[in-house]
Amino acid sequence: MAPFQLFDIFGKPITYLIYLLIGMGFGYALEASGFGVSTKLTDQFYLRDQTVFKVMFTAVLVAMVLLFGATGLGLLDYNRIWVPPTYLWPGILGGFMIGVGFIVGGFCPGTSVAASATGKVDGMFFVGGILTGIMIFGETVKYFEQFWYSSFMGRFTIPDWLGLDTGVVVFGITAIGLAALWGAEHIERAYRRRAHQPFRRHPRWHWSGAIALLGAAFAVMLIGQPTVVDMWTRIAGEKEPLLENREVQIHPAELRSLYYDPLVNLVMLDVRPESEYNIYHLQDAQRVDLEDLPDLAPDLQAMPQGTVFVLMSNDETLATQGWKALEALEVPNVYILEGGLNNWLAVYGEGEYAPLTQGEDEQLRYNFTAALGSNDPTAVPSQHDEGIEYTPKVKIESKAPTGGGGCG
Amino acid sequence: MTTMAQSPTETGGKRAGPRPFINPYLGGIILGLVLFAAFYLTGNGLGASGGLNRLIIWFIDLVAPQHVDRVSYLLHYAGGDKDALDHWIVLMTAGIFLGGLLSGWYGRRLKFETIKGPHITVRQRWFFAYLGGIISGFGARMARGCTSGQGLSGGATLSVGSWGFLLAFFGAGYLMAYFVRRLWN
Repeated sequence: MAPFQLFDIFGKPITYLIYLLIGMGFGYALEASGFGVSTKLTDQFYLRDQTVFKVMFTAVLVAMVLLFGATGLGLLDYNRIWVPPTYLWPGILGGFMIGVGFIVGGFCPGTSVAASATGKVDGMFFVGGILTGIMIFGETVKYFEQFWYSSFMGRFTIPDWLGLDTGVVVFGITAIGLAALWGAEHIERAYRRRAHQPFRRHPRWHWSGAIALLGAAFAVMLIGQPTVVDMWTRIAGEKEPLLENREVQIHPAELRSLYYDPLVNLVMLDVRPESEYNIYHLQDAQRVDLEDLPDLAPDLQAMPQGTVFVLMSNDETLATQGWKALEALEVPNVYILEGGLNNWLAVYGEGEYAPLTQGEDEQLRYNFTAALGSNDPTAVPSQHDEGIEYTPKVKIESKAPTGGGGCG
Repeated sequence: MTTMAQSPTETGGKRAGPRPFINPYLGGIILGLVLFAAFYLTGNGLGASGGLNRLIIWFIDLVAPQHVDRVSYLLHYAGGDKDALDHWIVLMTAGIFLGGLLSGWYGRRLKFETIKGPHITVRQRWFFAYLGGIISGFGARMARGCTSGQGLSGGATLSVGSWGFLLAFFGAGYLMAYFVRRLWN
């Protein structure tokens, strides 16, 4: 499924050629739209010409509808798409500065490169200024590093923020965007009329194009985005054998050793209901609801290299569901506590607790007289001795390659 | 010089005259398709300032490699044996130049010239272009991306920060336009 691991498929030269071609398409679109001419760009801000707004927002709307159409149809994996992480205030300040640079210097970085290519000397001076500005940034960032890393919200999207369905947001933005473009047309026309400049009527295809885009956005909303179950179904053929061959179910003794391993950042996720968690859980295990895993996945993906996730429930059923979800969401290094907490107590319960002989699946088969939480010696992995033999199963993989940065 | 003089309205009948620019919606659709193709094929969006960033760091690494190894920001890109130019974003930025060149050649717009408002001199225009570039370059690193990397790529993927960036960008343009109107009117 797209996006592709181009470096693995084609090697470096061909991959770089693909990037060069994409860049050429970008440069063509900028120059052919008139973005090599500084006065045409700045006219946007004196309301004389709405080309900058029209080109940019048309591009954003078209790409957005295609992107979420492709993810909705299962052709493209949204989790592996580079979404610029949100550092709210540095981003807003930077945007403000680029806006100031735009009206003072007549360009933004991309357009100045395209302008230089056509021999515009002002574009070349602007590029020289960018290089200087970047150098100044590199030398001075140490004085405001705290601000530069502040207000970090990770991969934070508008649907997350508003709590709305992605498809609804795509349709809403398309509708608002098209209305804004229509407004821009009227502003431009009003200006031209006042300045006694000629203007042409809309070609008819503007309207059909707008309706087609709105229709496509509506279809994106109807199709919806794939659920975790859909995503698992797609990879089940490849991943199911790992479960069947018991390659991802780790013995309690391995969990204990991970707890000690200085190279491992162990994250234990307890997926049982809160009441059971309160009765007994391992020290440092965090309780999460299975339904919350999709929202949590980007945070889990952002954890440092060498993070190992171990899911646990009373037996294995719930933990296995969680494992499937995290695999579908491409979180690396996820394992299941073998036999769940029942097995943990069987191994490390030290005979203190006698198991009930029978119990249904995912029932805690030990009786606790009080809700102990992790206030019990058996719940602290470091309390237990080494010496139990087990087959090590954890193989730490490097993180799933997710993009790698829009602006490098 | 006025705007009208630079944006030719007649179609390319005459041999010498530049061709008109394409319809802005057509330009937007082409740009949107390129943006989508970038995401679909590579998982990365479009970027421009990142390539320039690496170019200047490569240059610093050439003249003062010890300095690069001391400044953590530079170290990330070119510390030790790392080659700052060995990155896809550099190729993409080179592509913008080549694509602009081809489009300008086809449109008969290749010409060494300085485009400016009617009431400033060429040298003043160069000075303000350089100044604007400095502000823009600094801002692009501050925002971790420019109008392409944040605005287009983040806009299409619905990143909250990128939409904040876009609002700030357009807001700053409209807010400051009045104060620098001498440059363009």
